[in-house]
Amino acid sequence: MSDWRHTIDRFGGVMLLPVALAALAFVAIAQPSTWVTLTVAGLAMGMMIFLMASGLSLIFGLMDVLNFGHAAFVTFGAFIAASVLAALAAWVQGDSALLNIVALLAAVAAAATFGAASGWFFERVIVRPVYRDHLRQILITIGALIVAEQIVLAVWGGAPVAVPRPAILEGSLVFGDISVEIYRLFAFLLGLAVYVGLHLTLNRTRIGLLIRAGVENREMVEALGYRIDRLFIGVFMAGSALAAMGGAMWAGYQGLITGAVGSELMILVFIVVIIGGLGSIEGSLLGAVLVGLMANYVAFLFPKLSLASNMLLMMAVLLWRPYGLKPAVKG
Amino acid sequence: MSDAILRLDDVHTDIAQYHVLHGVSFDVPEGGVHVLLGRNGAGKTTTLRTIMGHWRARKGAVVFRHHDITALHTSEIARLGIAYVPENMGVFGMLTVEENMRLAAYSGRFDGDRLARIFALFPALETFWTKQAYALSGGQKQMLAIARAIIEKRDLILIDEPTKGLAPSIVRAMIDAFREIAAETTILLVEQNFQFARALGSGVAVIDDGRIIHRGTMAELAADGALQTRLLSLSLEAG
Repeated sequence: MSDWRHTIDRFGGVMLLPVALAALAFVAIAQPSTWVTLTVAGLAMGMMIFLMASGLSLIFGLMDVLNFGHAAFVTFGAFIAASVLAALAAWVQGDSALLNIVALLAAVAAAATFGAASGWFFERVIVRPVYRDHLRQILITIGALIVAEQIVLAVWGGAPVAVPRPAILEGSLVFGDISVEIYRLFAFLLGLAVYVGLHLTLNRTRIGLLIRAGVENREMVEALGYRIDRLFIGVFMAGSALAAMGGAMWAGYQGLITGAVGSELMILVFIVVIIGGLGSIEGSLLGAVLVGLMANYVAFLFPKLSLASNMLLMMAVLLWRPYGLKPAVKG
Repeated sequence: MSDAILRLDDVHTDIAQYHVLHGVSFDVPEGGVHVLLGRNGAGKTTTLRTIMGHWRARKGAVVFRHHDITALHTSEIARLGIAYVPENMGVFGMLTVEENMRLAAYSGRFDGDRLARIFALFPALETFWTKQAYALSGGQKQMLAIARAIIEKRDLILIDEPTKGLAPSIVRAMIDAFREIAAETTILLVEQNFQFARALGSGVAVIDDGRIIHRGTMAELAADGALQTRLLSLSLEAG
């Protein structure tokens, strides 16, 4: 019994769950080309949700803040990216691959910069007065989300906004029967790059060491001589920037966005944070990939179950591991 | 007393609506091990947490080397040269032993001689240097918590019940380690294990119901069975 557990742990433990899910889906779908398309779509969706969830997870883990306003950064990120892409329409639709990429990077960078700046304001004005008070955090961040959504309505109007997609990311790569949408591949690679960057920052730098320690025991970090509250603002800004970046990528993925885009995604984001384990970047990645794959496989195999599938996944994970698959704190 | 490294003067601390410390006053002379004894709930941990700034004194003063540290942030108190080993040890379980130690070294680098001395005191830390701390035994975690407090030169170490839940053989090893540490640093030790406290302590204060009810030398207290019974009979292992 413990031998096979040891073997599984040696090869990645719970990180193998997406592989197991993909293998099950391969058997159930029975069409390799469809399976590849769905798997790439699931991974791309997972990586975009990872961008949104990783910041929320760190903010909760380090700062013990329940930020229901996180959705606002996703929404603003999506709309700011849409506006930048619309303003650079000539570059977006032009034949130059370089200008296509510059336009997309400008849109993502503008969203992330706005996310960081508004994150600074949000932490200072909304969150700081309610540290250590979960009930007030929930009330005030939901209130802030409502205000943010009204600002989006006032600025961009109530009608859905079309998001132009750079020409270079239009279309699909075709390998025999297999078709892979280029935008999804790009979203996956960007998400992966962000994960690697976060992983290296958290594991190879002193600030990362302080953040990981702070997630476990803030009081002890202070007793060792560090002002952890000064890290809070940096983490909050980074988390908000990542959410806005995720919103920007999601806008391009959907092609049409409304003011409710952030709120609609927040359900998936919270599921990811909960099943991954609060405060854990690896957990967020694992949870996001699982959620993305599950959503795509179930939508194809059992369309009527697609809405409930991730809720069921969360229930199953919590029954098995109440603290999530990769909790940030142990013993 | 002019040679006190730490002085508490009429310290009152509230936790939520509860008034826990009712005017605690005592001095900790420089050098050696000084023990704060008392029953469960007497206010020992609250006293240490108030010194460290985790809980704020509502009234009174905490003075460290002539600096009033009563209102300072915990991190500033630590940077003045006070280390704290809490009752739950405060070990970061997901960090390796090395990362726990690196965090306690302000520069991020280790003094080789000091690290060698720590490994001599606690050889298990060298063995498990690259392991995550949650995998350590209770005694090894306690060693790590103490090693973190001495990885840099500190003037005062506050240690809260280091023997709690430890096997007698590890407690004996701790006594030797504390004697060595006390040769260069002042220790304020909160303890319920009277044998351990008696083996190490020079001065002693006894706290009960948030007030200091006795101050003196450990030798006097250890020699006076009636005094022990009167002050400590409720829960100390005074046998």
